[in-house]
Amino acid sequence: MVDAVTRQKLFGTPEIHFLNCTKGWKSWAFTLDHKRIGIMYLIGVTIALFLAGIFALVLRSHLFKFDSKMLSDDMYNQMFTLHGAVMVFSFIIPSIPAALGNLVLPMMLGAKDVAFPRLNLASFYLWIIGTGCLLLAILSGRGLDTGWTFYTPYSIDTNTGVIYATFGAFVLGFSSIFTGLNFLVTVNTMRLKGQGWFKLPLFLWSLYATAIIQVLATPVLGITLLMLIAEKTMHIGIFDAKYGGDPVLFQHFFWFYSHPAVYIMILPAMGVISELISVYSQKRIFGYSFIAFSSVAIALLGFLVWGHHMFTSGQSQVVTLIFSAITFTVAIPSAVKVFNWLATLYKGSILLNTPMCYALSFIFLFGIGGLTGLFLGALSTDIHLHDTYFVVAHFHFVMVGGTLTALLGGLFHWWPKFFGRMYNDLLGRVGCFLVFSGFNLTFFPQFVMGSRGMPRRYASYDPEFLPFHQLSTIGAFVLGIGILISFIVLVYAAFKGPRCGSNPFRAASLEWQSSSPPDFHNFVHSPVLNDPYDFDSQVYDDELDTYISREFADPTKVPPRTEPVHH
Amino acid sequence: MAVADTHEIHDDHHHDHGEFIAHHFDGPEQQFDSGKLGIWLFLVTEILFFGGLFVAYTLYRSNHPEIFEQAHVFLNKYLGGLNTIVLLFSSLTMALGVRAAQLGKNKNCAVYVLITMVCAAVFLGVKAVEYSHKWDMGILVRSAFNLTYTHPAPVTSVGKWLHVSDYLVYISVIPTLLLVGFLVASLMGKLMEKNVFSKFMLGLSIMVGGYFLGVGVGLIFMDVAEGGANESHASIQTADQPLMLHAMTQETREDASHDENHDKTAESHPAADHVDGQAHHEEHAHAGGEAFSAHHPDPEKLSRNVGIFFSIYYCMTGLHAIHIIGGIVVLSWILWRSLLGQWRSDYFGPVDYVGLYWHLVDLIWIYLFPLLYLID
Repeated sequence: MVDAVTRQKLFGTPEIHFLNCTKGWKSWAFTLDHKRIGIMYLIGVTIALFLAGIFALVLRSHLFKFDSKMLSDDMYNQMFTLHGAVMVFSFIIPSIPAALGNLVLPMMLGAKDVAFPRLNLASFYLWIIGTGCLLLAILSGRGLDTGWTFYTPYSIDTNTGVIYATFGAFVLGFSSIFTGLNFLVTVNTMRLKGQGWFKLPLFLWSLYATAIIQVLATPVLGITLLMLIAEKTMHIGIFDAKYGGDPVLFQHFFWFYSHPAVYIMILPAMGVISELISVYSQKRIFGYSFIAFSSVAIALLGFLVWGHHMFTSGQSQVVTLIFSAITFTVAIPSAVKVFNWLATLYKGSILLNTPMCYALSFIFLFGIGGLTGLFLGALSTDIHLHDTYFVVAHFHFVMVGGTLTALLGGLFHWWPKFFGRMYNDLLGRVGCFLVFSGFNLTFFPQFVMGSRGMPRRYASYDPEFLPFHQLSTIGAFVLGIGILISFIVLVYAAFKGPRCGSNPFRAASLEWQSSSPPDFHNFVHSPVLNDPYDFDSQVYDDELDTYISREFADPTKVPPRTEPVHH
Repeated sequence: MAVADTHEIHDDHHHDHGEFIAHHFDGPEQQFDSGKLGIWLFLVTEILFFGGLFVAYTLYRSNHPEIFEQAHVFLNKYLGGLNTIVLLFSSLTMALGVRAAQLGKNKNCAVYVLITMVCAAVFLGVKAVEYSHKWDMGILVRSAFNLTYTHPAPVTSVGKWLHVSDYLVYISVIPTLLLVGFLVASLMGKLMEKNVFSKFMLGLSIMVGGYFLGVGVGLIFMDVAEGGANESHASIQTADQPLMLHAMTQETREDASHDENHDKTAESHPAADHVDGQAHHEEHAHAGGEAFSAHHPDPEKLSRNVGIFFSIYYCMTGLHAIHIIGGIVVLSWILWRSLLGQWRSDYFGPVDYVGLYWHLVDLIWIYLFPLLYLID
């Protein structure tokens, strides 16, 4: 039995918490606390997002006119390359796992920290070094113009800063491996007593599946980039046709990592969406085990489809057929998730606040992104669509419409937990609306252009495509403003927002059993294990003005259960 | 459900935690299990890391088997075999070290770990002999590959004095400096009565000594393997009339000179003398051909891409050697903590994890040796 004083101590806004328990820059730079590392990661990836976003806006401004002279052709090549490289390696891959995952994962397990806190900090510093090396390519004055894929033989011949950039990507790979390894071990060994695999929130299943990919795929990228550096410095003749090497081998190696990496980007986003949809429908997630296993299925199938990036590379036709067929099978677990989210919404008590708006945007945009992937996976249509804006639009729908949307939704969902303050929901929704509409305006015309033959990566184009490009450019600025507003709303809330209780959204996973902001040790008590989707386990406490677990509530005020307890 | 128990507020988060149990673990078992799973996952990433090179090897070998048949004869299987035995033995001592730590016998653990480190250094010494021997012969990566069956006479005075390759002298500079540094540090520690530090530095000195042991044994093996043929030392002594045999075909030579025009990196490689081809052909026909045909393939018939084999060889063995060096570093850490006497039967995880890593490094060599040295 817990009295009101203890309740206040457990769930009231604490005076000392992880944000202010120690002070000074050293207490952040050398911290081993997963929450602080998560916040530092968040700041880092946000800077990367804005930097690469500015590159994107410069590109789109250039493309506003079909014979634009704003950028030289060389500059244009460098701009899209750095946009891609920074977005992929420095932003999207670490965004949800390393920033949100670090914040949330140990708390969802009721643990005090990840299994290897020092490795976690090392991962963050590797991220800084790797991103620094990527940017060194610009500072060296030579830029980088290979495209983010570093395809041979051009990457061997060009005099731009390929070595800086590939070394940067190599280091970022290790950062990613360390995060993944840490999460795998943490989920395996540090679950709360009695917390079986099927009592984990689905976000953890998706992070676990992501971590499997990070650990299994990233080393291959590492050795590939090392070989590329060796090829460039010593001409070892493995990728360079001039010395008897095979450039297509590089593509195989590269996509053996980079296709699974696509799932590193989207799987954690799917996990976030599973949480949001369920919490803001106040309804048990539909088909828990299907969503859980579909994450694992996507992770495993993701290793078998890399060849679909190479349909036109001259690989054997049999192989091409097989890759195409396996590519279609990835649609099954992805669709399973979407159906389950929709079924969760059905008859739910839906709260259309900012995170839920992002979650619904995600379903819509991911739906389009996923379905257009089928056009590209089909051999005959791919020959027509290969290397056109259709491809650009497709992967932006999945990566931006998917991952970025989910990241923002997740941030709005967990922000009150980690800062103890509520954001302005109206402005948040305005930001979400701008992101959603700006995004569609940017990339929907690109599907049309692409299907009419507008090739990607071209600095000038046929006047026929002018209106589409102009719409796309306007959309890009709307999208940029939307993202900017969202981050301003969040940052303002972190400092000036009104205080909120420990569990304002009536979520049931374990991290909401801590105070907001959490204690340095995450929980000042041992959290009570409950089903993460049993929202009836949380009851309103009028003294604290928040939801708390039934076990902690005043028994005289607790309403009877509305649904039976599942086990 | 004992609600009251679970609701106690933990003011002290360090209750009943041992000296080496991190605060976020519940106890030694959880810490050990986490570490063990972590190191196994790390080993998985290592295997995939090497996997890329194994795939490259497989592809080139299946597409161009003739290159591998021609090229592998330049690798000395006696030196490779010696290194295999050394590493296998080091795995044994590593396992014994883990056992000793498990039993809390810190002194035994230190001795076993030190022997493991010495073996690692011996391995590197032998590897240095192999590498320098190949560089002497112009056996380099594909773009700089420029085979001669002879060795340039040493230029450095150390090289002349010891009759060893200049490259071997250059490689050995760092171990020599390390040896001196560690010995001085050990002596300083002795004088300042920091016994553990002194012992540790002495251990590191012994480890570096292992490198020189490896070099010595490697050079002897090299002589034995070549059966006193007028190849290695003999040719150095008769350097005024070297048997210069170009391995590549006329076509390749054109290719190479073409490469050098637009590739500055290739030029910077210390390729052997590059004299006009036609003269060599004749010299080869008269002097070299018969003498070496028993050992080496006819240079005229060597594939122009035989250098790719050595690209793969250097990538694989080089990456493996980097892992050996990394192993020496982490083993030093284990040695230091053994000397401090920190292992107990309920806390020996780090020795176990490093041991697993060391076994993997050994295991990768077990694959590299037959794949590279024992073709045929």
